[in-house]
Amino acid sequence: MSADFLYGIEVIINGLMSGVLYALVALGFVLIFKASGIFNFAQGVMALFSALTLVGIMEGQVPFAHLINAVFGTSIHNFGWTVPAILAIILTMGVMVIFAWMVQKFLFRHLVGQPHIILFMATIGLAYFLEGVGDLMWGSSIKRLELGLPQGGSLAIENLTSGLGGDDFYGFFIDKLDIVATIVAILLVIMLVAFSQFTKYGRAMRAVADDHQAALSVGISLNFIWVLVWSLAGFVALVAGVMWGAKSGVQFSLSLIALKALPVLMLGGFTSIPGAIVGGLIIGVGEKLFEYLVGPMVGGATENWFAYVLALVFLIFRPQGLLGERIIERV
Amino acid sequence: MLYRESGDFKTSYKADNQTFPIAFDRYRYWVVLAVAYLVIPFVITDYWASAILVPFLIYSIAAIGLNILAGYCGQVSLGTGGFMAVGAYACYKLMTAFPEVNILIHIVLSGGVTALVGAAFGLPSLRIKGFYLAVATLAAQFFLVWLFNKVPWFFNYSASGQISAPEREFLGVAVTGPNTSAWASYLVCLVFVTACAIIARNLTRGSLGRQWMSIRDMDIAAEIIGVNPLRAKLSAFAISSFFIGISGALFFAVYLGAIEVGEAFGINKSLLVLFMVIIGGLGSIFGSFAGAAFLVCLPVILKLIGVDLLGWPTDLVAHLQLVLIGFLIMFFLIKEPHGLAQLWNVIKEKLRLWPFPH
Amino acid sequence: MNIQATDGYVTEDGRTIGGTVLDLKNITLRFGGLTAINDISFDIRKGEIRAIIGPNGAGKSSMLNVISGFYKPQEGEVWFNGKKRGAVKPYEVARHGVARTFQNIALFEGMSVLDNVMTGRLNLMKASIWQQALWVGKAEKEEIENRQKVEHIIDFLEIQAIRKTPVGRLPYGLKKRVELARALAAEPDLLLLDEPMAGMNVEEKEDMSRFILDVNDEFGTTIALIEHDMGVVMDLSDRVVVMDYGRKIGDGVPDEVRNNPEVIDAYLGVSHD
Repeated sequence: MSADFLYGIEVIINGLMSGVLYALVALGFVLIFKASGIFNFAQGVMALFSALTLVGIMEGQVPFAHLINAVFGTSIHNFGWTVPAILAIILTMGVMVIFAWMVQKFLFRHLVGQPHIILFMATIGLAYFLEGVGDLMWGSSIKRLELGLPQGGSLAIENLTSGLGGDDFYGFFIDKLDIVATIVAILLVIMLVAFSQFTKYGRAMRAVADDHQAALSVGISLNFIWVLVWSLAGFVALVAGVMWGAKSGVQFSLSLIALKALPVLMLGGFTSIPGAIVGGLIIGVGEKLFEYLVGPMVGGATENWFAYVLALVFLIFRPQGLLGERIIERV
Repeated sequence: MLYRESGDFKTSYKADNQTFPIAFDRYRYWVVLAVAYLVIPFVITDYWASAILVPFLIYSIAAIGLNILAGYCGQVSLGTGGFMAVGAYACYKLMTAFPEVNILIHIVLSGGVTALVGAAFGLPSLRIKGFYLAVATLAAQFFLVWLFNKVPWFFNYSASGQISAPEREFLGVAVTGPNTSAWASYLVCLVFVTACAIIARNLTRGSLGRQWMSIRDMDIAAEIIGVNPLRAKLSAFAISSFFIGISGALFFAVYLGAIEVGEAFGINKSLLVLFMVIIGGLGSIFGSFAGAAFLVCLPVILKLIGVDLLGWPTDLVAHLQLVLIGFLIMFFLIKEPHGLAQLWNVIKEKLRLWPFPH
Repeated sequence: MNIQATDGYVTEDGRTIGGTVLDLKNITLRFGGLTAINDISFDIRKGEIRAIIGPNGAGKSSMLNVISGFYKPQEGEVWFNGKKRGAVKPYEVARHGVARTFQNIALFEGMSVLDNVMTGRLNLMKASIWQQALWVGKAEKEEIENRQKVEHIIDFLEIQAIRKTPVGRLPYGLKKRVELARALAAEPDLLLLDEPMAGMNVEEKEDMSRFILDVNDEFGTTIALIEHDMGVVMDLSDRVVVMDYGRKIGDGVPDEVRNNPEVIDAYLGVSHD
């Protein structure tokens, strides 16, 4: 096998991994959309916010330090303690649950019955709001996320595969962190699917996703389910935030990843969990492959737009996505 | 007691159809125009022009454009930044390729180019609706920005990748370039705003406007009663892009003078104009102005209060800005989804009854 | 092609019924595995009022959708004004003179009553985009002329007081009237009414019946209507088609259909005097 071909395979493998991470963010969208019909533009910012909170708690930062200092003229920054990762994760989850509750109570309860586009724009407002709050609470500089996760290229794999392509080939370079991320994502998906299929609350969630009125009529509390769903989405956002953050630091560009999740959803359909996975993988691989093959000819950076154009082309032929339901319009 | 319509009966359909049926509104409109054209150019300062008036005028045109597409025709677009970029770059290429031609003509032509591009990107709207369309317009946004960044023909092969507007005059007065005076940039933008607003008003109150609104409200029914969805949607995209392209050209040539496409016309620009349209009021020309004014003035006011008055660091104020804008969007969507325009209508209704409560 | 040779006639109350204006031949419509319409043929004559009745789910609304071009039947032909209809878009069908109302109200809720009815005139307004943008030439003249025609219809249906009200705020009965106005504004040759009396009380039904008869009388419009109220059907219509589970089980004047045993079984039930 030629080295070029093998490098191509490496690109595909890396694409699959980044696809898994996209799918992670997309999952959060699907959860919320399935249960409430809301398209949560703020999902990416939730990933950023949760990661920021995690780092902040772990390093003992004082929340809103910047603001407090400006108003009161003080100069505090740190509590002086550090919190172990596990505890910090639990505390961050707590914050996300509070966030889910507040979003439900103060925002979406007042927007029941509004057309989808209004709900969508509300989540855009929420995204800006949350981003600002995150910046105010923890500051906007790039944070390093030290969770003890393995990093760097996997020597084992490199050594294992170096013989395959002759002297020019140095073995597959696969980042250990990506492997961990893939495993975590797969576990998360299995957990979510199991929860949704086999537990009482999961069933209630699916009922709410199908028909609000019917769910109400069998005694399911819509508000509780919605808080549950937003908390789950918050958890998914946290995992995504941690994975991306460990890779490239916790910074604003994290929220842009959420935008990338949109083509994933367009391919996989907005209501399908397996669709989010499949869509993520297709986009991940497609992007990397396109950049590898075509990028050098056009100046590179095609990853900025390829996912969107791919989804657009795909949608023209199949407006409901890969796994979505066919839209039959009735009058 | 001035604001009354009693005794003000219309005796012809023409009178009933006019833009300002109440006499007081009409007079107010003429007064505003008089002040805008005859007073402000003589008292305007550089600061007021560059911080508030010129961006307000330019964004008003963009907001009118997006309002036509999203507010009247119901096609949500997140590609406004990309289309503004098309206008800017079209203007740049025209200015550098045909330096003898009047800059104002170039600006109108840039609008035309953008209209064609907009119509092309609008084709998917026939198959794709709602969110899916909004996300599809992101394809336009990201692709266009990448295109102008990477393909050297667009920035005339310059090393920096930036484009800057060469100096141009109109009637002997500098309109672009570093020697332009504040009142000149202001007047140019004002003329375009007036023309665009009049055209937008005419289109939205006529047959085409009704076609757009019928597509927005129930596109299947619209098709069954005879609206050709292809023509309606494409015309919305084209006309909306015409306005947005003009605003992009003005933004580049008259306001900034030099731009870097990723910064000036990125996704944040698209969202900014969308916010103007939401806060101002979907489906309202007045709303486009209100929203633009609001979102241009807000950062200025916040900065005045936060940095100048309270002495806070600028990045803190910038964060607070995000919080406030996000909060206001959510607030408006809950309390008054029809935006400032509706708020204004409610106030006018109360004024008509004042001093009676109802 | 020539129109089928059926002679016109004059009814007892002096209306003239002409030849066939719409001819449906062997229409079959399927949605996946479900056959909504199974080999149905009937015709509608110019100037008549034709009722389509049958139990829920019989396929009546689908039939109207086929006539208005929204659904394409898998088998069968639609002949309109003597010409076979090929593959046309719904908006083209509207331009050929077919207008309709909908079972679940399909008004444009963001617009006023006046604007809604004006949308009915869209096919008759010809000013170009350029003329509209500058409000010159035809644009303003057309707007006023069509406004006059629309006001005529608004008078006719007695909805003057609400002409500037946003449609979303109106009660159900008035919405139905506005929908009828919009359909009439198009000056259609064939008017399709999908359950125009649904959800109305006795008074409202009387008003609506009067309007329908007036429309047919004054404008000569051919009308096909789906209706459940048997009293209305028997009083208003010249001929009736009965559908059940996608098949046609009756076709003729009201008295014939009323006494048809299959129709009684499926739909009417036995009447007690």
